[in-house]
Parts: sequence; C-alpha cells; structure tokens
Amino acid sequence: MEQTELLEKTVNTKTACYHCGDECPDESIKLNEKIFCCNGCKTVFELLDENNLCNYYSIDKNPGATRKYHTKRNYDFLDDHDLKLKLIDFSNDIKTNVTFDIPQMHCSSCIWILENLYNLDNGIISSKVNFLQKKLFITYLEKTTSLKKIVGLLDSIGYEPLLNLEDKKEEKTKSEYKSLYYKIGIAGFCFGNIMLLSFPEYLSINIAQHEELKKIFAVLNIILSLPVFFYSSSDYFISAWKGLRKRIVNIDVPLALGILVLFLRSLIDIAFLNGSGFLDSLAGLIFFLLIGKLFQNKTYETLNFERNYKSYFPIAVTVHKGNRETTIPVEKLVVGERIIVRNNELIPADSILIKGNGNIDYSFVTGEAVPVEKKNGEMIYAGGKQVGGAIEIETIKEVSQSYLTQLWNSKAFKKSSVSEESGITSFSNTISKYFTFGVIVLAIAAGIIWSSNITLAFNAVTAVLIVACPCALALSTPFTLGNTLRIFGKNKLYLKHTHVVEALASIDTIVFDKTGTITENGAANVKFIGKDLSQEEFRFIKSSVRNSTHPLSLAIFNFVQEEKILSSDKYSEQPGKGIEAKFGGTILRIGSKHFVDEQIADENLSTKVYVSINNEALGYFEITNKYREGLSELISNLEKDYGLALLSGDNEGEKENLRKFFGYDNEFHFRQSPHDKLSFVEELQKNGKKVLMFGDGLNDAGALKQSNIGLSISDDTNNFSPACDGILDSKSFNRIKDFIAFSKTSKKIIVASFILSFVYNVIGLSFAFSGTLSPLIAAVLMPVSSISAVVFTTLSVNISAKKKGLL
Amino acid sequence: MQIVIVLIGASLLVALGFLAAYLWAVKSGQYDDKYTPSVRILFDENKKAKGTAKK
Repeated sequence: MEQTELLEKTVNTKTACYHCGDECPDESIKLNEKIFCCNGCKTVFELLDENNLCNYYSIDKNPGATRKYHTKRNYDFLDDHDLKLKLIDFSNDIKTNVTFDIPQMHCSSCIWILENLYNLDNGIISSKVNFLQKKLFITYLEKTTSLKKIVGLLDSIGYEPLLNLEDKKEEKTKSEYKSLYYKIGIAGFCFGNIMLLSFPEYLSINIAQHEELKKIFAVLNIILSLPVFFYSSSDYFISAWKGLRKRIVNIDVPLALGILVLFLRSLIDIAFLNGSGFLDSLAGLIFFLLIGKLFQNKTYETLNFERNYKSYFPIAVTVHKGNRETTIPVEKLVVGERIIVRNNELIPADSILIKGNGNIDYSFVTGEAVPVEKKNGEMIYAGGKQVGGAIEIETIKEVSQSYLTQLWNSKAFKKSSVSEESGITSFSNTISKYFTFGVIVLAIAAGIIWSSNITLAFNAVTAVLIVACPCALALSTPFTLGNTLRIFGKNKLYLKHTHVVEALASIDTIVFDKTGTITENGAANVKFIGKDLSQEEFRFIKSSVRNSTHPLSLAIFNFVQEEKILSSDKYSEQPGKGIEAKFGGTILRIGSKHFVDEQIADENLSTKVYVSINNEALGYFEITNKYREGLSELISNLEKDYGLALLSGDNEGEKENLRKFFGYDNEFHFRQSPHDKLSFVEELQKNGKKVLMFGDGLNDAGALKQSNIGLSISDDTNNFSPACDGILDSKSFNRIKDFIAFSKTSKKIIVASFILSFVYNVIGLSFAFSGTLSPLIAAVLMPVSSISAVVFTTLSVNISAKKKGLL
Repeated sequence: MQIVIVLIGASLLVALGFLAAYLWAVKSGQYDDKYTPSVRILFDENKKAKGTAKK
C-alpha cells in the first residue's frame, strides 16, 4: 500500500531545482546545465558527483530534500559514550551496528543512495534500508569512522536521522510477528499432511484388511498434531488462562476448551476405540484462526502511536562552558548549567533567562498560539519554543522534574491498552461469556440424556464441546475489523489496533481541541480594518515585517500582496511590542496598540496589529484563526447524534467566531491547561460518557490518553504526534462522521456473522447431541463454517464501504 | 501395500524440506521487509555514474 504513496513530484522542468525539485527563484545557482534552488542543494550534488554517485539523480527525478531551510547542527554530543551506547544496537569495539530512523526517505533514489553510503565513508561496511519502516541499518568500523561522522554525513546529504532514545521496544513486536509466521507455517504444514493421511477416512475406503496401514496413519497423524497443539495453539491457551485469572471469560476460553477436547477425544478415539479422531479438524481450525490473527495484526509500521514528551525533546543541548560552546546529551544536563537556545529550539528544562530576548511559543504545552515575551531573570518553563534570536538560559530544575513532565505522572499514562481499560469491552468477549456458559450446560445435558451408555455419553459430551467451538465466531471479528482498519487506512485514518474500531462505534461524546485541530496549522485569516492604504503604504508594511520571525509578522507578510520589497533605512524590533522602520522620510510603526501609541478602539481579545505612519494611525490588521474546510458541515452533522465540546488553551477571543460553527448548545472551555483538559475528559467519563477526543499537540496528550479513544490530527502523518489510538490525516478531517458511521456498520456485520455461525452450530449440535458426529461431518462442517464466515464478513465490509464512498 | 508406507515417508520428507526452507526464510528476516528488496533488485551493481560537472 505504501509503495503507491511514494512522492510523485509534479515539477515544472524549467525552473525546478535539479536536486530537490523545488521551484528556483532564478537561474543564478548553476553548475553546468544543472540549476539549483539554493547553495545547499548544490553542495549535496557536488559531494555526490565527486564520489561518482550521480545515479542518485537518474533513478527518480529530483529526489533530494530541499536544503534551503537547513541549518548545520553540531553533533559533538554523539561522542558521549553513554549516549552512544543508547543509540547503537551492538558493538564489539571493532564493528558497530546502528539503526537510524530517516523520515525523509521517500523514493527509490533514497534507497539507492543510502545503500551506497560506503562510497562516501569507507568506514561503513554495509548499509541497508527498510523502506516501509523508514529505517537504515548501518555496520561500521570503529577505527575508521565514528557515529558522529556518520550522522554528520547523513545530515550533509539531506537525510538527517531522527535520533531517539526509546525505540528499543519495537524489537519485541518484531519477534512476536516472527513467531506468528512460524506458527502459521507449522500449522499449515501439519494441516495439509494430516488431511492427506485422513483421505481414506473421507472416501470411506475400506482399509480394514490393512489394519497395519490404518495404525501407521493414525500414529503419524498424532505425531503431526503435536506441534500444532503444543506450539501453534499456545497463544489461545495462554490468553484464555490470563482471562480466567482476571475472571473474564474472553473469546479464547471456549476456543481453548474446544481445542483441548478435540485433541483429547481424538487421542482416546485412536488409542482405545479404533477410531480416527478429529485431528484434521483440529489442525485446520488452528490454521484458519492464525490466518485471521495475521490479518488482524495489520500495523502501520511507519507510524508511531506511543510517543511521549521525550520524543518532543531534543536529545542534545548546546551548553556554554567557559568561552566554549559544546553540545551534551540532554540527560546529562544538571541544575545550574548555562545553555543556549536558538530559533525554534525547545527549552529542555525549567530555567531562568540570562541573556537575550525571550519570545517563547508555548503552543506545545498550553495550546496558546501567540508567543510570550520574557525578560532577563524571568522563569521559562520546559516545553516552550524560542522564536527569534538565540537566548542563554540557566536551568533551575532537572529535565525529569520540569513542569511539563509532571503531566506524565498522571495515572492516565499508566494504563496499557484500549481493550482492557477503556471501559469498552469488545462485543465478542461479551458474547463469549454467555456462549461458554450455554455450551457447558448443553454438554452436561447431553451427558445426562445418554447416561445409560458410557461410550455414547462420552461421544455426545465431547462432540457438543467440539462442534460448539466458536471458530466462525472467532474468525468473523478479526476479519471484519481488519478489513475496516484497512478501509480507514485508505481514507487516511490510521488506527493503532482493531479494538479501536469497535470502541469508535460506541462513542457518544466528542471533544475537540481548538488550535491545530479544528484550525489549520500556520494559516490565518488576516483582515485590514481602517483607512484605505495606498500601494506604497502596503509596500512599507510588507517590507518592515519581512525581517521579523514573529508569527503575526509572518501572517501579515503572507497577507499583503505586494511584489516589491524596500530595504529600510532604519529598523528596530522590540520583542512583544512591535517594529519601527524608517523609509526615507517616512516612519512606520507596526505592533501592539500601546506601541503604536494611539487610542483607536476598545481592547478586544482577538489578535490585532496596529499600524501608524508618521504618527498617524491608519488602522489595524485583525488576525483570526483559519478553520479547517468542512468544519461547519461536520459540526452540524455530528451535533444531532453526539455531545460536543471544545477545549482550547487560547483566550476567548475566538468565542463568537466559534459560535457560528458550534451553535449555543455545546460546551466551550478556554484557557485550558493540559491538566484541565485531562480532568474535563475524566469528568465526562464519570458521568458515563464514552469520549472521543481529537487533539494535535503535546498539550492534548493527557486528554487523548484519558479519553476512550484519542485521535490525533496531523498534516503530515510522519510528523510527531502525541501518544494516541489513531492518527487522522487532516485532509480527511471532514469525514469523521463517515468513519464513526462505518465503525457502526462493522459492528452490525459482526453481529450478523455471529448469527450465521450460530446456525452452523445448531446444525452441528443436532449431530453431536445424537452422538453421531463422524469425523467426516466434522471435517466438512468446520471449514465450511469458517470460510463462509470469512467470505461473508469480507464481502459485506467491502460492499458497505463502497456504498458509503469509503472505497 | 508396503510401497504406500515408503511413499508416505518420502512425501513427508519432501514436505519437511519445504517447511524447513520456510522457517529459514522467516528466521533470516525475509518477511521483515516485503517492499525494499523489490526496489533494490532493479539497481545496477557497482555502476558509477559521473555527473557532467567538471572539476
């Protein structure tokens, strides 16, 4: 599936950069016939050319990542021994294996260049790519090269690895995956051979005169069934046992019971009753069940649903020691250290500002979109992002004790999986309780009826337990939910697990975060209110905001449609206040009302930027959030069936705007801290609500985790998103209603297939009850019921998806 | 009918061979990445391509 998502860049060949395919502003950066958009791209080309690696450009067109916004990083911290040990997989002092996450990997050229790294650094013995996981496995010689050099090399050719210290747990899921493959292979092998050896039985060939042959076949069957029973089916016994110990009768309990009885009855049949047992049915059943499991276990390998605050943090910080700047791992940061934070870098620990103009964007933590101005000596909390020039800060708390990390001590983060703790038990587990009870009652009844004849009673009791084994039941759930998961995936909703589909169907309350969730990231509606401005005046405004990194400046810069940029004669920016610029004889001031120094209008909470030229007030830019497309339609659709609520870290400035979408019946809460959000969701749950939460940032992480289902919205699914149950691509935002509706359909399909499997069970039970269940009938009934359950669910899921326009 | 036993034994041996091959394939990681090898096979080995840039 992912292979079709390979980036296909549609490029205007005339001005496209030879390296990255971006549009070039002009043709000034040129090397022979090749035009580049920036010097960074050209440097990469030169490096590759020098090493005869220009194949890179012939496999896919314009394969590189743009280097325009690239800043060279200092990788000194990778020489730190402890940190290095955490990043590498294995080392014997001569050779070292290391695995990198490389999010930029997107085409065949990327694979090619990354697997040819040994041409660029002869210390690299081998490099291998796993494209779907976007991972790069490197083996290198310690003597010839170093981790720092390799990371630097990757960075210099545009594949900066994502250095993360907590990826190690993935190894476990990988080995689980492998063991499922082993189990399926063995079960399939045994199933085929047992069926072959059972053929005389099926065809009623009289081999009585070859008593010897029959015995050999039976013994071979038993030998072949041993690995199936003891190895392939072990998961079902383990899961049933775990469930029973927690006093939960899950679907695996009747399954394990059926498998156990099948095996024992077959052994007794063969050993004492001269029969042939049901070993073919046993092996077939387990083979099909495992296939169902494989189908259900579809995972999105490139997505990470488990990120916590640590993955947002930088793994290294720049510290100031004496007169030297160096980088150290963030974990070695101690209280009282002086660190340097540059534009767009995150504050790793609670600190005090020492030097520079602090302009801290706390949107990560609070959701408040506008940066806060900080002066020397003021406290800065971890999780904020510096916008603007570099600042120097002194840490006053350790990283692990910072304000931000406290959130993660909340109990919401201690719970493990959706299925167990979300309060929504899966449908099959609810049914299985009654099912198991019913089967046991029936078996006892059969035993009592035939109590006069011990052999017949034994036959009837075991046959009931065998036939009632809910294989069709156990198969319909994974196939329905697995299919639903795939269909959601095609529509850019990536769920962590099939449990989430079921949970989604029982939602009754939906909570939205505001910033980044229902508003578009980085986009703003800008309006100028005031006097009519001349073209020249607009030109002044655009020219003066150009040099500022403040988000409001950027919004105005993008808003003003003016081609020509003037260079100012004098320019000064006062953080948190505004900009003063001089063009010839004209003095322009743009910024807060107080800075522009006029009494123009009443103070309003919405964001306004005032403008004056030569001390004459001209008016203001009003900057409001831009809401996602289809929001009002979505809200009015959802409103009918679900309780809605909106949480925001911002102030009430947008309240009236939001009323247009949400009406007056729904709850609004502003100035919500991450803790407030979490407790709001908790409160709803105490009132018996099943909450679906949409969020996007670190500030929503607690609430996402606490809610029954937390979905995070992302413009780029490979980007960071907080720990959640699923990731929704923002392009599919307006389809939320369809997704919920479809999860309900899936649930109905499961119910229908349960009814179907009950019909089979009734037919089978009628044989079983009379004590006449022959191996042949069992061998036919079992696969027929299993396969029809699979076919029925797969077809009905796909047909209803087509009807709903999801396929 | 003795021949049947020999044939069964032979067929089981062949089947076991395939099972072993499958288990080896899983163990050696061939099921870990089902996409990248399909791209890798199309690359020319050791082909050095020089760009047109001249020093």
